[in-house]
Amino acid sequence: MVENNPWLDAVTYTLLILVIVIVSFPIFYTLIAATLPLEDVSRIPMPLIPGNQLLVNLKAAWLKGSMGIELLNSFIMAAGITIGKISISMLTAFAIVYFDFRFRKIAFVAVFCTLMLPVEVRILPTYEITANIFGPMQNIIQLFKINTIISYLTGSRFHFSIRFSLLDSYAGLILPLTASATATFLFRQFFLTIPEELCEAAKLDGASPMKFFTRILLPLSKTNIAALVVIDFIYGWNQYLWPLLITTNPRMTTAVIGLERLIPQMDELPTWNVAMAGALLVMLPPALLVIFMQRWFIKGLVDSEK
Amino acid sequence: MLKRSSFSSRFLPYLLILPQLLIILTFFYWPAAQAFFQSFMLSDPFGVRSQFVWLYNFRHLFEDPLYWKSIGITFIFSFLTTMLSLSAGLLTAALANRVLKAKSAIRTFLIWPYAVAPAISGVLWMFIFHPTFGIISRLPMQWLGITWNPILNGNDALFLVIIASAWKQISYNFVFFIAGLQSIPKSLIEAAAIDGAGPFRRFWTISFPLLSPTLFFLMVMNVVYAFFETFGIIHTVTQGGPGGATMTMIYKVYRDGFVGLDLGSSAAQSVVLMIVIVALTLFQFKYIEKKVQYAG
Repeated sequence: MVENNPWLDAVTYTLLILVIVIVSFPIFYTLIAATLPLEDVSRIPMPLIPGNQLLVNLKAAWLKGSMGIELLNSFIMAAGITIGKISISMLTAFAIVYFDFRFRKIAFVAVFCTLMLPVEVRILPTYEITANIFGPMQNIIQLFKINTIISYLTGSRFHFSIRFSLLDSYAGLILPLTASATATFLFRQFFLTIPEELCEAAKLDGASPMKFFTRILLPLSKTNIAALVVIDFIYGWNQYLWPLLITTNPRMTTAVIGLERLIPQMDELPTWNVAMAGALLVMLPPALLVIFMQRWFIKGLVDSEK
Repeated sequence: MLKRSSFSSRFLPYLLILPQLLIILTFFYWPAAQAFFQSFMLSDPFGVRSQFVWLYNFRHLFEDPLYWKSIGITFIFSFLTTMLSLSAGLLTAALANRVLKAKSAIRTFLIWPYAVAPAISGVLWMFIFHPTFGIISRLPMQWLGITWNPILNGNDALFLVIIASAWKQISYNFVFFIAGLQSIPKSLIEAAAIDGAGPFRRFWTISFPLLSPTLFFLMVMNVVYAFFETFGIIHTVTQGGPGGATMTMIYKVYRDGFVGLDLGSSAAQSVVLMIVIVALTLFQFKYIEKKVQYAG
């Protein structure tokens, strides 16, 4: 701080505390509500002193929804997206930076342009291809009337069709969200800053490209990977639209979507304490990541958006 | 850019990009192309037969007053969400930047809303503003004599989803603003202080103009967020209602496509949204290019 002005400091601290109170209020309020019995949570105003029913409410939330399986599904989805995003974008960046091949530029541009195609703008067709991963092949068969041609040529009735659905599967939850322009770009930028000598030395020592990748690039990228793990895990965990569309089997639902079942409707008992306990459970994994890996989180957020 | 010392291999680079390429072709470019073609087709609800209809879907869409209403709501929603979360983020960052004590504790408290899923943010605020049990809707609002019912009143519902969306985005803006504030050279601030500029003057004449690239970047990111990532909030809190008062463009694509099964219209709406996001992205890149030239 440039000058010493106790009056201004007092204002700063007061305002800051006020802002913190406002920003954290929803989470604080959730915490309190999750510890209260039903008669307290439906009192007006709801008391702001924690009760002793936290475990009871957590248990109720766990039993009312199928929280266990949903949290597991969320975890598998988030972990799959994280691992997938980081590994495929590292490999792409490695190819783009360290190899000279014909479609290098086109590949980079193609990956980069996916920034402009978030799942929200291509909802229906992405759903269709996930419902039948061989859809494009089917379209080609129809377009060239291959079935008719073969039937005509062989003189017998011929019908070929191929279907494979990824709906209600982990692959369907994970794969369409796995490509990452930002992670590819981040690794590309990082690889470009690695001294040329490292690669030359590795080549002199007779290391193969993949050996160079696993022994040198991978260890050097540790901080970048840690930062992306935090960001991508939260991204995967908090997905809403995609799992909502492609899962119909309750055993494949994710926790964020499953929470809706705990929200009391107008004609039900106002069990907001149970709903808030459920919300707490669903928020916990990404919140812990943000709190305990704060440094990586800030690095990941700032770096991956540049 | 390529490294001076590169490896030479015939097949390995193709093998390395193959996984990413397969995914983007299957799940990004093919569906985008499909949406594009479907927007020129009219199909029956079961997708059995379809017919090429040129721009019929678009004409139909832009003649629909409900679509214009949805565009208007999306703009109001995005504008207010962006303004609210940007100004809150800037204020908190400016305050936190002045503080020397308990820095990391303060940050933790300001950052955690980022971890909350949009849908859950919707649930939390729905509870706070619940017409019967909500603490804010029952106490301060009742004292002030405000009648409040987001379930029946469209403006109330819109206000509620704006608050829930802006709140979640404050942390994101805070992180970028504080990074921007810390990269401002101390010497500039000190020089201004020696010249007799007070703290507010210093903020508005030095820090704020130097933050303008960050501000611009965040503005685009916040608009993108408000357009595309708030689906979960709207779905849990209002489902587009009451009476379409919170039916943003994204929510309408979903409703028309999955609930109404109007494939052509949904595809045409997807194409409109693609144009929006392409424009936003290009706008941002153009600006970043200028900034680089300026810096060099």
